[in-house]
Amino acid sequence: MYPSNYRYTKEHEWVRVEGGVATIGITDYAQHELGSVVYVELPRPGVQLKAGQSFGTVESVKAVNDIYAPVSGEVSEVNSALADTPETINKDPHGKAWLIKLKLADSSELAKLMDAPAYEAYVVDHQKGTSA
Amino acid sequence: MLVSTTCLKSGLLVIEATTTQLRKTALNSAHRRMGAKMVNFGGWDMPIEYSGIVNEHMATRTAAGLFDVSHMGEIELRGPQALDLVQFVTCNDASRLTDGQAQYSGLMTSAGTFVDDLLVHKISDGHYFLCVNASNQEKDFNYIRSAAVRFSAKVENAGERYSQLAIQGPRALGILTHFTHAPIAALQYYHFLGGEIDGVRALVARTGYTGEDGFEIYFAPDHTEKLWNDLLEVGRSEGLLPCGLGARNTLRLEAGMCLYGQEIDATTTVWEANLGWICKLGKGDFLGRNALQAQKESGIHRILAGFEMQDRPIARDGYPVLAGHGQKIGSVTSGSPAPFLKKNIGMAYVPVESSAPGTQIRIGIRSQEAAAKIVPLPFYKRPR
Repeated sequence: MYPSNYRYTKEHEWVRVEGGVATIGITDYAQHELGSVVYVELPRPGVQLKAGQSFGTVESVKAVNDIYAPVSGEVSEVNSALADTPETINKDPHGKAWLIKLKLADSSELAKLMDAPAYEAYVVDHQKGTSA
Repeated sequence: MLVSTTCLKSGLLVIEATTTQLRKTALNSAHRRMGAKMVNFGGWDMPIEYSGIVNEHMATRTAAGLFDVSHMGEIELRGPQALDLVQFVTCNDASRLTDGQAQYSGLMTSAGTFVDDLLVHKISDGHYFLCVNASNQEKDFNYIRSAAVRFSAKVENAGERYSQLAIQGPRALGILTHFTHAPIAALQYYHFLGGEIDGVRALVARTGYTGEDGFEIYFAPDHTEKLWNDLLEVGRSEGLLPCGLGARNTLRLEAGMCLYGQEIDATTTVWEANLGWICKLGKGDFLGRNALQAQKESGIHRILAGFEMQDRPIARDGYPVLAGHGQKIGSVTSGSPAPFLKKNIGMAYVPVESSAPGTQIRIGIRSQEAAAKIVPLPFYKRPR
């Protein structure tokens, strides 16, 4: 379910790093909790982001959700296809529905994020907490 | 993304850190067993969605939806002056009701603003049954009881004695017909009868909060799970889906209906909320009458209007309405994607001079301004 080469945040974003570029999206758990995604707002290329900074929103019928940068860096690319097909986030959250790419500023930040087994355990815990 | 804090951002739907025990309807464990997402709705632990808001919304428009609305409050007034009491605390004219008829009305402050909105059902001379908002039940009961000292009428806070299910949509009648011999097909809109549904004594009203044909059924809580399960089982082949409060909110918004805490509250009047049709100044004295009469004569400055987004961003509850030069001229009371109409819509208080259909307005959405257009209410009217 959760790719082993990704890292994850407590706020349910994922990040994949290849050659100094960090690709960022939201997790399957997040899209499921949101329900049908109807609107996505993303930054422009060139914007500098710090880890933990809100950089956009993903909206479902019922809610507006801020998305936070898992790591710091400059936005190099934005998935503009999501403007017309936001539902891709529900269909392929770990693949086609990536949100932005960053030029990774500090690779040591990755160590602070969860790996796939840790995130899976976190989600199970989270579900217990909300349904208790 | 902070999934744990997501929810409708309305006054009634904010998830609070809960130190107090949430109230539960008789269906609480059934909702959880069926996998509903639960939220704190005005102190009640309620399902916000089952299969998804869009799915549930569409089922209600095209087939039928079943809603647990047992959190709604019931207040009963009995006695020789029950009508006089209803007339004194509400703005509509309850003397026009015949036995078995209901009306939409407002519980008024002495300033002519809303304590609550409600349905008044006339059971018989000397017996009226009120359905009020869940989060206002205690307030309404205390308010009516303190007004009742002048009248020969008893006020009962009867919420604990009733569950309420709403079955709504074009197939609601057909499904409910399987469960009763009572002449529900002949019931007119805003009329009700006492009868048996699935062997359970119930008050069955042809009312609703979705813009569709349908029924609201009031009965003793013991029977709730049986009736819920039986309706879902028989209705399944007709497309009946269990629905949460999320779809209830988008359905009522498309239908242009007000929600207490958003469109109406203790700062708004019937004239401002486009609800002049429920205010009968000529019926005799009632709480708020003088203030409402005065405002009718002096005129209002702001009015509730519907709008449709023209730019892509979605207006949400509380976002500002802006004039051309960025100055705030009003605010959005409810804003959401409209699943059936497939537009982003909302209601907002705007200056009277900016309220005519076709008027261009701007909505402040985070750091940007988005274009919208005033449109007539309701957004959606069911085909008849």
